This record gives sequence, C-alpha cells and structure tokens, in this order.
Amino acid sequence: MRHGVARFVTGFLALPVGLYLFYVVWPFLQAAGYSLTDWGGYSDRQQFVGLENYFRLFTDELIRKAFWHNVFFLVTVPLFTIALALFLAFLLNVGGREDKAGIRGVFGSGLYKVIFFFPQVLSLVVIAVMWQQIYRADGQGLINGVLMKIGLVDENDPITFMYDPEPFLGVPAVLWWLLVIAVWSGAGFYMVLFSAAMQSIPKDIYEAAILDGAGRLHTFFRITLPLLRDTVSVAWVYLGFIALDMFALVYIMTPSQGGPNHASEIFASVINFNAFQKGQFGYACAIAVALAIFTILLAALQLRITRRERIEY
Amino acid sequence: MSTVTHTPGQAGAGQAPPPDRTPGPRAAVGGSRAGARFFNGFSHLFLAVWAIMVVYPLVWVVMSALKTDSEVIRKPLSLFPKTLQWGNFARAWTEGHIGDFFLNTVLVLTGSVFLTMLLGSMAAYVLARYEFPGNRLIYYMFLSGLTLPIYLAAVPLFKGVYNMGVTLPFLGPNQHLMLILVYVAWSLAFTVFFMHSFFRTLPTAIAEAAMVDGASHSRLFFSVMLPMAKPGLISIGIFNVLGQWNQWYLPTLLMQSVAGEPKNQVISQGLIELSVNQGYRSDWSGLFAGVTMAMLPVLIVYIVFQRQVQSGLTAGVGK
Repeated sequence: MRHGVARFVTGFLALPVGLYLFYVVWPFLQAAGYSLTDWGGYSDRQQFVGLENYFRLFTDELIRKAFWHNVFFLVTVPLFTIALALFLAFLLNVGGREDKAGIRGVFGSGLYKVIFFFPQVLSLVVIAVMWQQIYRADGQGLINGVLMKIGLVDENDPITFMYDPEPFLGVPAVLWWLLVIAVWSGAGFYMVLFSAAMQSIPKDIYEAAILDGAGRLHTFFRITLPLLRDTVSVAWVYLGFIALDMFALVYIMTPSQGGPNHASEIFASVINFNAFQKGQFGYACAIAVALAIFTILLAALQLRITRRERIEY
Repeated sequence: MSTVTHTPGQAGAGQAPPPDRTPGPRAAVGGSRAGARFFNGFSHLFLAVWAIMVVYPLVWVVMSALKTDSEVIRKPLSLFPKTLQWGNFARAWTEGHIGDFFLNTVLVLTGSVFLTMLLGSMAAYVLARYEFPGNRLIYYMFLSGLTLPIYLAAVPLFKGVYNMGVTLPFLGPNQHLMLILVYVAWSLAFTVFFMHSFFRTLPTAIAEAAMVDGASHSRLFFSVMLPMAKPGLISIGIFNVLGQWNQWYLPTLLMQSVAGEPKNQVISQGLIELSVNQGYRSDWSGLFAGVTMAMLPVLIVYIVFQRQVQSGLTAGVGK
C-alpha cells in the first residue's frame, strides 16, 4: 500500500513539475546567474562581474525614472479603479427607489453589470490597439475628433496623448493617459466583484440600521464599506500586480516602447530596452531580479497590511 | 440576479436564506421622497454615462471596420458608413492573416487549456491530499511563480526552447506543441494554487468510502474527486481560456521564424503586427476589421455565458 502511494504521487507530479521546472524555474535561475555577468545576449563571450550590475542599478537615471513611474501606477491604478468600482457598485445597489422591501438596486442593474464587464473579456492587445485609434493625435482619433467638433480643441493643436511627455502634477502626461485605459478596463470587473460582496451582506444588518433611522449614505459608509474591507483589500493586491504589469500598454502604444524620450518607461520596458535594444543582457537580468525581489516584498507587505480579523456572517 | 440590497446574493449559495420577516415600517426609511427620486435619477445618469463610455468605443471600432478608408479619414466620428464594406473583413481575414491567427490560436488553446486543467488539478490534488516529504517545497515552488513577471525569464526561455528545437524540432521555436507546453507551464502556478485550496475543501468521507470499496488512487481521482471539483474546474477553466487567449508576450517571444519559414502567429501577437503594418499601409479599415474579429467572438461568448464568466472570474479573485 505504501509503495502504491509513492508511485501514484510521483506519477501524478512528474509531468507538471517537469514542465514547470524546465519552462519556468530554470529560465529564472539562469536569469539570476546571468545577472552576475556582462553577457550581451548574442555572443558566447561572458565574464563574471560579481555584483557590479546591481551597483549600477542605483546610479542609472532610467531605472530611477522607471521606479517612480511604477510607484505612480502602483498607487493610482488601484486607487482610481477601486474608487470608481465602489461608486458604480454603490449606485447600482443602492440607487433604486425605496419601497416596502427597503432600498432597491436600480432598474436594469443586470444589464449595466453585463456591459461594465465587457473590457474584462477583451484582451489587453485588443484594448491597446483600439485605444491607439481612440488616442490618435489628429482629427481621425475618437477623442480629438469629438473635441474638435464641439470646438474644445483647436484643429492645429490637438491633444497629443502618447506623444506628450509634459508633466502634469509632476508626472508625464502620457502616463496619465495610460492610467485612463487601465481604469477604463478594470472598473467593471471590480464593480461586479464588489456588487456580489455587497449582496452577500445579510439583510438583518440593514434592517437594524434602517430601524435606527440611518439613510442611504449612512448605511453605505457605516455598514457596507466596512464589511467590504476584505474584498477591497484583495482587489487592491490584484490591482497592484496589474499595475506592475502595464507593460503591454507601454509596449504597444508608446513611441519606441517607453517613449517619448523615455517619459513612459517602467521596469519592464527598461528591461526590454537594455536586453534587446542595447544588448546588455547581464544588466537587464540584474534589473529583472531586482524587480522580482521588489514584487515579492511588495506582495508580502500588502498581505501584512491588509490582514485583519475576518468578520463572519 | 437579484438586485435588492437586502437579499443575500447567490454568492452565499448553499446556506439557507434567512426566514422572511415583515418589512420594517415605511416611515423609518431614511431620506425624503424627493431626495430619493433625485438620487435615483442621478444613479441612472451616472451609470448610463459609464455604460456609454464602455460601449461607444467598441461600437465605433465595429462601425469603422465597415467604412471605406477615406470615410475613416474624413468622417472618423460617423457611426453610419454609406455602404457597409464587408470586403474589409475578407481583406483582413486573408491578407491580414486573421484567419491563420485564429486557426493557430484555436489549435494551441485546445491543447493548452485541456492540459493545463488536467496537469494542474493532478498536481494540486496530490499536493492537497497526500503527505509526503517535499510536499511543501513543491507547493511553494508553484506559488512563487505567481509573483515572477514573465519578461524576466525571456531570453533564457528562448534559448532553452531554441536548444530544444535543435534536437527535437517539434519542440523548437514557432511550433504549436512547444507553445502549448509553455502555456501550460506558465498557467500551472495559478491553477495549482486555486485547485489546491479547492481540493482541500472537499469532504474526506466520500474518498474514504471509495477507498474501502477498493478504488485505486488514480481511479479515486478521476471518477470521484474530479467530478466533485467541477465548479472549481469551470471557474479556473474560464480564467485560463481568457488568460491564454490574451497572452501576447510569450508568443511574440517564441513564435519567431528561425529559418525564414512563415510565423505561426496567434491572434494577440498577430494583431500587434497588424497594427504596425496597416499603419504603414494606411489600411485603417482593415485594421479595424482585424480588431473587430479579435473582439467579437469573445464578447459574444461572454454575453451568452455571462453569468458563468462573471462568477467564474470573480471567484478566481475572491478565493
């Protein structure tokens, strides 16, 4: 019997673990190894340089830029997405008329939910290519076209979107425009998530509050929001990962994949730039390893901050 | 789905709903009647505005795909082309190779989603239900993959695949089978993580009964545990289908032509190239047609199965 178990366990694990080791773990380990060399990526010549690449990280102007841009997305993407999603979920669930059964969700909330969820099922590439056309820097673009038509934008001075490195509130405009896309595509999903969580709050709690004379806003801020805390913090962690992974948008949409003039560089695009355009593969790996450590620390930190006693109901 | 805030949603399925009580006195509901009406109107207005902001760009893309190129340039905003140019779709399908992209994507996804689910649940099941030395180690190895960004491993991964292709050509770059295996490997982390927690929640009594009846370990898995895990499998399956359909970085990296043969591109990868190429050729309507064809099938499937997709994807986050 014991022998049978061992054979069964090995048999079930062999293939998945083998694939995972070969296609995921091994490349990562190799990358960590290359980060200690000056390998260019194409030749066979490589020299061990110790931690030199890592020291270089701290003096690299591009890295510093990319770091702050990552921090920008890390704060704004979850913040705006969650705020908008909560607001939409609130309107959807509490915006309806009041009747005997209490405050109802708005009429047609099912339809709204279906529509708001659309961007979630579109691939990031479709979204990027579509927004490329929406953000065109001439009258052919959707936004410039509309604004020119109603006279808010001068035909000879259109909004340049992806080509605009000018800072707004200290952050290049191009990043704000990328943020809009991220929020646009994420809000619906988190709205559905929050909406489901709101509906699983038992009605007794609301009945008690309404008996005590609480209005819509009060019940929302004093009851719904605190009880949603768990869901919101999970959403925050997930959006944090998405924010670190804005690479698809930067890669497809910005000029020279991180431009204009490096105004939209993030970690991933700097890795890409160093590895494939400058041919400094060892250094790119060092950035990548630093990013991985950063990600893991961040995940641990977020989990720690958001951990709290669960409220069971 | 019920929208009354007071009813427990389907999320709490399984628990009996609390017994109905007589509704509270009407006067106790806070806020004045006029205030409530205003609030209701405001809600509708804001929700409608957001709905338009979501739908309008999509409609615009679809309608632009039916315009002539000069209409796209001269009347970019109009949603009603003079005559519908279905030829744009034919052009994108053949000349833009959207047809080939679809075929490749379907070939790869059929294999990769099936294998991801099979291998993922096998590994998760063994890790969740059997004690053996190294169990935790393997579990954490899978878990660590959740935090590691793909582009970190790009070049070593390409080198590994390239070297593999020298000895085993069908596993080299630009091969469907290779991409299937790579997708499986990269989807395992999340699949194992999710299915692991799912298998842990299944009751042991049934498994024990099956063992007493003389079922072997693998028979127990395939005919008892796997059917019981169906809700989890559907949820994570939808997640993987969308995730792998959306994958663009791995195919861009790995489906490269090494010896000058045509690339076996999947849809996301092809669309990026199409957006560059059609830009050079100013074939805007063709580009819009390509985007439309990449977008509509998923949207239609979603609209048909919207409840399953919504609950499947949100469950993936909620657990």
